[in-house]
Amino acid sequence: MSRILEQYAKITGEDVIEHLRQLAKPLKGMKLVHINSTKMGGGVAEILHKLVPLLNELGIESTWDIVEGNDEFYQCTKNFHNALQGIRIDIPKSQFDTYETINKNNFEKLESVLKDADIAFIHDPQPAALIKHLPERRGKWIWRCHIDLSSPFRPVWKYLREYVNQYDASVFSLAVFAQQLPHPVYLIAPSIDPLHDKNIELPEKEIQDTYNRFEIDPERPMILQVSRFDRFKDPIGVIHAYRNAKKFIPLMQLVLAGGGASDDPEGEAVLEEVRQAASDDEDIKILMLPGDAHRTINALQRAATIVLQKSIKEGFGLTVTEALWKQKPVIGGDAGGIRIQVINHHTGFLVNSPEGAALRIRYLLNNPDIMESMGIKAKEFVRDNFLITRHLREYLTLILALLHGNKDRIELNGS
Amino acid sequence: MANSKNVKNHPFMVKDCALIALASGKKVQNLREMRDVLYTISPDSIYYHFWGGLLRPRFDNPEYHNDFAIWSAHSLHDKIMAERLAIIDPIEFNTLENLRSELVDLIEERLDEVDYPIWAKRDEQFEFIRSQIVIFDTRKTVLKPGDLPKALPHFSVGSIFYHFIDARRRLNNSLDDFQNWFLNFGDTYMDLCYQIAEIDPYFLPLYQLRQKLTSVFTDYFKKEKI
Repeated sequence: MSRILEQYAKITGEDVIEHLRQLAKPLKGMKLVHINSTKMGGGVAEILHKLVPLLNELGIESTWDIVEGNDEFYQCTKNFHNALQGIRIDIPKSQFDTYETINKNNFEKLESVLKDADIAFIHDPQPAALIKHLPERRGKWIWRCHIDLSSPFRPVWKYLREYVNQYDASVFSLAVFAQQLPHPVYLIAPSIDPLHDKNIELPEKEIQDTYNRFEIDPERPMILQVSRFDRFKDPIGVIHAYRNAKKFIPLMQLVLAGGGASDDPEGEAVLEEVRQAASDDEDIKILMLPGDAHRTINALQRAATIVLQKSIKEGFGLTVTEALWKQKPVIGGDAGGIRIQVINHHTGFLVNSPEGAALRIRYLLNNPDIMESMGIKAKEFVRDNFLITRHLREYLTLILALLHGNKDRIELNGS
Repeated sequence: MANSKNVKNHPFMVKDCALIALASGKKVQNLREMRDVLYTISPDSIYYHFWGGLLRPRFDNPEYHNDFAIWSAHSLHDKIMAERLAIIDPIEFNTLENLRSELVDLIEERLDEVDYPIWAKRDEQFEFIRSQIVIFDTRKTVLKPGDLPKALPHFSVGSIFYHFIDARRRLNNSLDDFQNWFLNFGDTYMDLCYQIAEIDPYFLPLYQLRQKLTSVFTDYFKKEKI
């Protein structure tokens, strides 16, 4: 067994790895390409950083490319992102034109890779229009949507759907996010990588150093939210929840740790709003971390007493999965993929308001034994359901299903 | 006792499986809509909503054992409907069409009792899902029934699903693969077949089902030695 697969086997058990080998066997030698818009920042990039080498280890020739654009392109795709999650935005025609031009330019750059691919995974709206430029495709093209498309702003979805309709299949993270499309619509939840710097076990000293570095008092409870500075993540709501709970637990500290993503031009504005809301409270730390601060985020999550993810809209919420893996109960917004990870009284609590979050913070801080038992359950829940090996298994199953003509039962030869 | 010819000819081929879920595109917001979709939805979807939970994220021993009951309880907040749906044991129905009829009957009965259908929130609609199953050969075999107590703890949960649950739908006689294997040995293992038939797979997570089967096989073959 290769070293990387051996490492996963230690965490998931040999059975899981054998499963992957069996599924990958009929796909050996095939060419697979992933296309998205950034290699730094955000859950998609994080997953691809490990998924691609794993696919290669299993004998599937896999590559990962990105589409590159200009400021107007990123502004347009940020508008797409917001509109697809339900915000009414009138996108100027010039942005649509830029979107199409940039996709055309990127297609020219990626043409040979895309033409050779047996399987192409195109992630999210940014590169979705690439498909237009290859009407005669030899491979199967799959549109992987990582965002909540349950109630999109219709004009924008109508525009994008013209491209998505051309794919052979699409993948959504949850059934509630899926739209009706003229091809098979698969449901695959994302995952975390237990061997990523963000999730590996850390020496105690590194966690202590993190307390010192950010002037966090290790003797006092610390509430943490890790997420981009994005309105859907409701960082202002987190500050309100903290203020409410602090009236009863004055020693509480709050850390809001965010990273920027190179395809998110709105982050700076939200960060400024958060700074203003925090005002001069010394117990609120606002940390703008670089995209590669994985070990720092890991240490902060391990240092936290409780992790919050108070999103109003959420694709899946990998920061929730990360916190659960570190045995932290999570207080999460009752939205999107957080709902299938945070199970009330088992792995944390779902809340619908800052007041709800404040109440659950107080409850947990007053019941340390319950917090501990929730944490233990949380880690096992992630081990069984949300590690990258399960994600990979479902991608392989999907590819096999597509190659077998979408039959209900696919029997593979084990020889 | 089985003769050596039978043993040689009928090893138990251990298979494994993976399910992948697909959205059907059909969603409902109240019981009346659910009944209407249930009339026409693919039987695969009904199967998925009763059995698919065993192979996807959820806590063991949930309060309600199928997706219809869970939705009634948590999204409609209709506990009466939830309890009536939860008590349905799919192994009592020899076809999915019979199971479909039972669901429709129960929902119609409930609709007759209430003045107007209760609505779920827009983002808590019931999404009808179906699944594809990929089956693969593990290249492991069990040569004779007496080897099962040692072999079974090494079966993956996917193998347990395939041989003990999926088999009932796959094979005409609605039996699991273990019982079908034992039938190759004439009446030799009839007692064991009765014991296996008594295990209700619906209320146990797969790893507990594996433990339960292992314990039945272990006890049976221990006694046989005595």
